[in-house]
Amino acid sequence: GLLVTKCGLLRHRPGGGGAYWVDSQQKRYVPVKGDHVIGIVTAKAGDVFRLDVGGSEPASLSYLAFEGATKRNRPNVQVGDLIYGQFVVANKDMEPEMVCIDSSGRSSGMGIIGQDGFLFKVSLGLIRKLLAPKCEIIQELSQLYPFELVLGMNGRIWVKAKTVQQTLIIVNILEACEYMTAEQRKQALAKLSGN
Amino acid sequence: GVLERSREQLLRQTCEAVLLGVLHPRTAISLVLQVLSDAGSLLSCCLNAACMALLDAGLPLAALFCGVTCALQPDGTILLDPTARQEQEARAILTFAIASSNRKVLMATTKGSCSVEEMQQCLAAAQRAASTIFQFYRDSVRRRYSKC
Repeated sequence: GLLVTKCGLLRHRPGGGGAYWVDSQQKRYVPVKGDHVIGIVTAKAGDVFRLDVGGSEPASLSYLAFEGATKRNRPNVQVGDLIYGQFVVANKDMEPEMVCIDSSGRSSGMGIIGQDGFLFKVSLGLIRKLLAPKCEIIQELSQLYPFELVLGMNGRIWVKAKTVQQTLIIVNILEACEYMTAEQRKQALAKLSGN
Repeated sequence: GVLERSREQLLRQTCEAVLLGVLHPRTAISLVLQVLSDAGSLLSCCLNAACMALLDAGLPLAALFCGVTCALQPDGTILLDPTARQEQEARAILTFAIASSNRKVLMATTKGSCSVEEMQQCLAAAQRAASTIFQFYRDSVRRRYSKC
């Protein structure tokens, strides 16, 4: 038999064999293999970094899992740095493991996230909405100010704009997007670009 | 005190019966309930709040559960969801935790004394009332997901 274990909207994808899934909202992240997440370095234990990814266990990241890293050429990672990587091992029985290179050895955007900027947490549903192709929120925000954005599937977003004030404005809008309808968001952005 | 401890144990046993713990080994799930005001039927209120919190957090559950309190008055009538005043005057207070899958009883606790037939009648009334509470859960969740 089939048992539904979470509440949410039932979605259907007609392509291929067809798939049904339950789209649920939650704030707590559970590591999944292949997810790209933002982790915070909490400790350096010999050859391995411990990262806090928001799950129940810290993830491990080997120092060789960066592009161009060798035993002599170690990456410059300090405690408290932000890392954008993906999970290679993530199941309920083992400690999650991350890497910052893809299967061909290139970094493809992963690695240590630069200085400054602002990291904050939102619900997992909002991240999935922002990562959907042609997301209106991102397009509308980019009309406002130029900014850098990193989205982690664990609910963490890192934003950096030219000034601290612009960064904080973008942070507030992204946090409020969770509860605002499209109309309210367009009104808020119109007010801001008018100023 | 002892009363709070017993309430904690009852809540814990009910939650453990529906939570799919196999999906989260070596993990602690802690549930914190803060009583803002108590107007009677506190235990079933806690049960309902606990179920909604588990739903909202996205924890995998095998079934939903709800709490219903029945007060048996001295003349034999059954009162559902008694107020604090009605609880004091009643001959017996019975609280049931009812699962949503088949309206089976997950937890039953009694304060006072009643006969077996009276308990069966209270149970039947509680199972009927459970449908109303589950409908409330459904409406709340629908309202929450309508904003997405």
